[in-house]
Amino acid sequence: MRVAVVGAGPAGVRAVEQLLRAGIEPAWIEEAPDGGGRIYQRPPPGFARSHRALYGADAKRAQALHATLDALKPRTDWRPETLVWNIRPRDGVLDVVTRGTRPGEIRFDALILCTGAMDRIVPVPGWTMPGVTTLGGAQIALKAQGAAIGARPVFVGTGPLLWLAALQYAKAGASPALVLDTTSFLTKLLATPGLLWNTPTFLRGLRYTAALRARGVTIAEDATPLAIEGEGKVAALRWRDSGWREHVAPCDAVALGWGLKPEAQLADLAGVPFRFDAAQHNWVPERDAAGRSPVPGVYLAGDGAGIGGAEVAEHAGARAALALLEDHGRSVDLALRGHLDGRLRTEARFRAALERAFPFPAHLARRMADATILCRCESVTAGELREAARLGAPEVNRAKALSRVGMGRCQGRVCGPPAAEVLSEALGIPVEQAGRLRGQPPVKPLPMPMVAP
Amino acid sequence: MTVVRVLEADRPRIVLAVDGVPLEARQGDTLLTALLVAGLDGVRTSEFGDGQRAGFCWMGACQDCWVLLEGRGVVRACTTLAEEGMRVTRR
Repeated sequence: MRVAVVGAGPAGVRAVEQLLRAGIEPAWIEEAPDGGGRIYQRPPPGFARSHRALYGADAKRAQALHATLDALKPRTDWRPETLVWNIRPRDGVLDVVTRGTRPGEIRFDALILCTGAMDRIVPVPGWTMPGVTTLGGAQIALKAQGAAIGARPVFVGTGPLLWLAALQYAKAGASPALVLDTTSFLTKLLATPGLLWNTPTFLRGLRYTAALRARGVTIAEDATPLAIEGEGKVAALRWRDSGWREHVAPCDAVALGWGLKPEAQLADLAGVPFRFDAAQHNWVPERDAAGRSPVPGVYLAGDGAGIGGAEVAEHAGARAALALLEDHGRSVDLALRGHLDGRLRTEARFRAALERAFPFPAHLARRMADATILCRCESVTAGELREAARLGAPEVNRAKALSRVGMGRCQGRVCGPPAAEVLSEALGIPVEQAGRLRGQPPVKPLPMPMVAP
Repeated sequence: MTVVRVLEADRPRIVLAVDGVPLEARQGDTLLTALLVAGLDGVRTSEFGDGQRAGFCWMGACQDCWVLLEGRGVVRACTTLAEEGMRVTRR
């Protein structure tokens, strides 16, 4: 049986581990030069910080994952720096390109997609300016490059990453000028009982906030970003506090992020149907609790299958591999299966509380000013998308055809969620009825000679 | 743009050429880091007249940091490691 695993983050590593235990040597495809994923991303050769310095409280998990990754790679058909740009599910073929130049095909009978996630964004006026990054981007700069996006950055958004990234910057000497959380303290407080499903993580979150306050970092909750100001580079963030007073925070960089969204384009191309998950406020590919998609032979794990975080991803990766093995007539370790199912159930309760604690501020996207750039690839404004609604676009794919929102190089990865909010508000329909941008091959741009054989 | 080195800045120096001008970087830098730490105002010009862009996601997703790399064609600056002697053109 030919098995392919796409992605070598926490989910991919634990999936491959279980496949190898069962004697199956998968093709293992990773877009980056090395595995680890985003949260446990390793710096390139030449950097020498310890796991403790790089991953803080997650150092032990990161170290264990990297050790497993390194032990597994030589036992598989390991394909780093390789992008899966298309899936032909009926033929069982992945179309790939290595180092952006070498094309290839990988055949599979079964497939585990562990494709990860990226930041979820609400456009703020000025957000295309140099100096503005995603929260994840700000963290990658520090972790993988030893660089800060600015000497005096501002962090804007909501979610655990907001606090973690801000504290990591403060410790590295690039102390944030402001941490702006769009969620109120009360909202977070009300989610506390559910957050106790994972007490260590919950307490860690409280510790981050306290540590930032102790360092004198200004923290604003229930606040609203109004505009990133500057001429060609970031000079300040204009924002409004919970009492509707306006402020200007001078800064040289801004990081934005409101939780994560699955990178699920490959699941889409594999023919997996999607559903709108109201709690996450995300479109997610359909799967059962073990990671089986409705498409035979296609399994999903990790944040690409719905946001759960790195710890869940490890469990989900292993669980999806067990499901694959069982479906193909292999016996599996029942104790392990039971353990993983239990952990995934508990973590799901924690995640549900986390979503309540850090809700996506859909209202900010829905109220975007007409003049604000919504699609940064094509420089299309929110007003132009609203015009598409007036022209009769009933959902985002038609609106894309009319306005070019989501038609650029990122294929709507960045603007998709806020575009659906703007459109649904303009049409007066629930956001799930505005639909989602369909994935198209190639899932990322390719050099022309690649696609014209 | 004000990307600053704050940790492990003391790595071996390498030299690239950006728009024909020598630019000093460090081994392990991505092209995005190298260009922005050097103080360039961006890595590409938006085709739509709204100024410079300097990437956004730093993880190969947003495609907003494309540069032209001699011998390779268009690459994402955030996922391409800088190497001695590389010749980069901003567009």
